[in-house]
Amino acid sequence: MFESACIALLLTLAGAIARALLGPTVFDRTQAVNTAGTVAMLLLAAVGFLTNRPEFLDIAIIYGLLNVIGTIAVLKFFQHGDLGDPGSAPDSIADTSNEDAR
Amino acid sequence: MPDAIIDAASWILIVTGGTFCVIGALGLLRMPDFFTRMHAASLIDTLGAGLLLLGMMLQAGFSLVTVKLVFVGLLLFFTSPTATHALARAARARGLEPMAKEDGTNSGDENEGHHQ
Repeated sequence: MFESACIALLLTLAGAIARALLGPTVFDRTQAVNTAGTVAMLLLAAVGFLTNRPEFLDIAIIYGLLNVIGTIAVLKFFQHGDLGDPGSAPDSIADTSNEDAR
Repeated sequence: MPDAIIDAASWILIVTGGTFCVIGALGLLRMPDFFTRMHAASLIDTLGAGLLLLGMMLQAGFSLVTVKLVFVGLLLFFTSPTATHALARAARARGLEPMAKEDGTNSGDENEGHHQ
């Protein structure tokens, strides 16, 4: 049962990595890396069940937390060119279109 | 007898979840532009991960492992829409346009938009 889950997850991981290598824009790559992180979490859980060591789930939780923080950080960098940008102004979309004084 | 039922339900959930994961990966590879690919990838985060985690919960029974699986599920439930929203917002701010035009016709150009 968990073998089939592992095979499906490895196929999904292969697709995500292929998209990360192919993707024309940086956002495609970020999306693919985010998906690969999700699949890695599930794969950790499945392998933990497969080897009767469910302690792997702790690693999966930590991996998920790091994954979302990494995705948000990369996106913030590519959206604003700066990790320290507050980025929550309601008209920040209009602001970034004309790269002023940054 | 109940064990066999739980095993069968767990099998069904895990196989369906794995199938949805593979379908999402196919969409990630085959969809024509960034926003449609994002749509396909959300399938992995919702149905794929949800069904796989449910199947594993059935296998684990009432234990600490199930609590951890619930935490993994909650983490995905809250972070996946956040990441997707930030991704779409960043892509729009960088000038990436969806393929569809106002009148519903297809622009047909995969690399439209003046990004990077």
